[in-house]
Amino acid sequence: MSRPMLIRGGRVIDPSQGIDDHLDLLLVGGRVAGLGQGLQASDVSEVVDVAGLVVAPGLVDLHVHLREPGDEHKETIASGARAAVAGGFTSICAMPNTRPPIDDPAAVGFVRAEGERAGFARVYPVGAVSVGLKGEEMTEIGELVAAGAIAVSDDGRPVHDSGLLRRTMEYIVAFDIPYFSHSEDLGLSAQGVMNEGPVSTALGLRGIPNAAEDAAIARDVLVAELTGGQLHILHVATRGAVEIIRAAKARGVRVTAEVTPHHMALTDEAVRGYDTAAKMNPPLRSAADVSAVRDALVEGVIDCIATDHAPHHYEDKEREFDFAPFGIVGLETALGVCNREMVVSGRLDLSELIARLSCKPAEIAGLEGGSLKEGSPADVVVFDPNERWICRPEKFLSLSRNTPFAGQELVGRVVMTLVDGRPAFSSLGDREAAPAGVR
Amino acid sequence: MEFGKDLTGLEELSKEHIIALLDVAEPFKEISERAIKKVPVLRGKTIVNLFYEPSTRTRVSFEFAEKRLSADTVNITGSSSSIVKGESLVDTARNLEAMRIDMVVMRHGSSGAAQFLAERIPSNVINAGDGQHEHPTQGLLDMLTIRDHRGTIEGLKICIVGDISHSRVARSNIWGLTKLGAEVAVCGPPTLVPHGIEELGVHVFKRVEEAIEWADVLNILRLQLERMEAGYIPSLREYNRFFGVSISRLERAPRDILILHPGPMNRGVEIDSHVADGPHSVILNQVTNGVAVRMAVLYLLAGGTPERAEAAKGEKAQ
Repeated sequence: MSRPMLIRGGRVIDPSQGIDDHLDLLLVGGRVAGLGQGLQASDVSEVVDVAGLVVAPGLVDLHVHLREPGDEHKETIASGARAAVAGGFTSICAMPNTRPPIDDPAAVGFVRAEGERAGFARVYPVGAVSVGLKGEEMTEIGELVAAGAIAVSDDGRPVHDSGLLRRTMEYIVAFDIPYFSHSEDLGLSAQGVMNEGPVSTALGLRGIPNAAEDAAIARDVLVAELTGGQLHILHVATRGAVEIIRAAKARGVRVTAEVTPHHMALTDEAVRGYDTAAKMNPPLRSAADVSAVRDALVEGVIDCIATDHAPHHYEDKEREFDFAPFGIVGLETALGVCNREMVVSGRLDLSELIARLSCKPAEIAGLEGGSLKEGSPADVVVFDPNERWICRPEKFLSLSRNTPFAGQELVGRVVMTLVDGRPAFSSLGDREAAPAGVR
Repeated sequence: MEFGKDLTGLEELSKEHIIALLDVAEPFKEISERAIKKVPVLRGKTIVNLFYEPSTRTRVSFEFAEKRLSADTVNITGSSSSIVKGESLVDTARNLEAMRIDMVVMRHGSSGAAQFLAERIPSNVINAGDGQHEHPTQGLLDMLTIRDHRGTIEGLKICIVGDISHSRVARSNIWGLTKLGAEVAVCGPPTLVPHGIEELGVHVFKRVEEAIEWADVLNILRLQLERMEAGYIPSLREYNRFFGVSISRLERAPRDILILHPGPMNRGVEIDSHVADGPHSVILNQVTNGVAVRMAVLYLLAGGTPERAEAAKGEKAQ
């Protein structure tokens, strides 16, 4: 049981209650016990003064890869959950494409138990849609949910068979969980390694056209409409997909969508020089696509931000571009990148950004958290929205370093992350010790 | 004029650098015509020819260029090396480097492999073809051959015909020729022409007749047979009928067209024998020029200067 804590003097932003004010936050017994001005500290064993900092509901990431079991040299459940709290995330959803995949209840239980044992961010398993992620036979979805899965997905691979997709989306209605879709038409992506466009033509790299994503999302939306199942589109990266999702929402289809920080921050120009840190799937797209997904996030057509944190060992990325694996880490850079791209640039206000990093994703997956209402879990992030810092991958708590943001200046840095009322990450001591400007 | 450590592509070179390379190749041509084909320009230099993909013409051409400049050479090919044991490119390169080499000439199936290598070892790296990216010495020898026969590149209309999407030769030609002031076009089945290639500054012809009507020079690319297997074209017969360069099509051209082909040819597919063997074909001149161009590249990357090229090749081998 965590000690009662009073977080005093911060700017509390809780989009779930429409709050953006200087308030004190009282946490007792792992729950939010009060939010108000001049709260009494008499019975509180710990008082934390956070003047000048933002206090918000802990961030929620619907889309991470923790690599355990199978590739523990890239990331473990514990190391990923630790990187998460360093980035302000108090809940993360672990995709099932491990080795072996998370396609049976025992595996789901393993992920949950390892997450609890680690004691950093809450780790919610996503179960596989199909046995072995083969896209053939449906997993025991009910059993997976009973064991703790909060969604199903074959992420990394699309569900190619539309019949399987239909049955899955019908079946999940009984268990009230979403289907997380990696939407990609493999015939159109055709072993491509980057966005298809002028840059791929110049570099001589096989391109993945926007249509590979758009066509698959269009189909997935139609199947969601047919079945009434809850569809969540992972990592939307194209302007065409935005329009498909916008139209589907207007018709009342149960569809939500996420965008990654990197798809809002970078274009395929980042691939020039054959930088494998810029290789991910879906690929970095054109400037027009970046602009469209940013606007869609502002408008709410895209509901939330998720990192698609995909750790890879350095030697796997230190390869010819064709042979390097897809994916980048994102947990420790998400807040700084999104704040820089969306808030500092004036596209969103900070409260709206927090909504998309916290309340919205929690709502989509039906998770506790994403709120500082009385009685909510004491999952809290405290951060300095103005701190400018240089991204140095060697300082990551993640076991992997594969990021295209290395050396870039990011804006906004986590100071403390509380999970269940316990400080799971804190640099408060360091801040007090260090003179301003050298942090 | 400074040449960098490496030659990875023509995209990175200025017009002046390309012209200097072609000009340096001129005097080197004569070495191969001598009874004793050897000058001491690269004496004591160790060069590794690292070929991850099969190649006859390019590898032999580089090797002749190296040997005629008195370098010590080693050939490594994909099938007979630690590559088949799964050693990574970076490890192979570091091991070669540990044996103290001076230059690596590399052919590799992945675009960007030459740049990858160049950024990781201090030796000079010469790209002998990387995936679908560039084949700069082929581009240079094409330009040298065109210049030999037409006097200049500037203002010429040059069409590259065939599988543009998968062709490193096409890209090197496009960069090099446009920098030297040629008008460049491409022509091929739409499945084999990248969308948006116009952004590289080229025209696109859908029909080979239109290309022939327009062009002063045709550079006819080899059709890789695996493209048919992968479904980019329905059959070789159909390819020949609609995109092949035949003598009857050429006879309808309004002017004499210079015919280039990087080889190896599929006679009767992309090029008919009468065209390949006809009076306007300079395909074997390309091969001859290839040795001179590669000598020029080796010489300049090894620190030679354009001004000293004539004198350098005059030195007698000891």
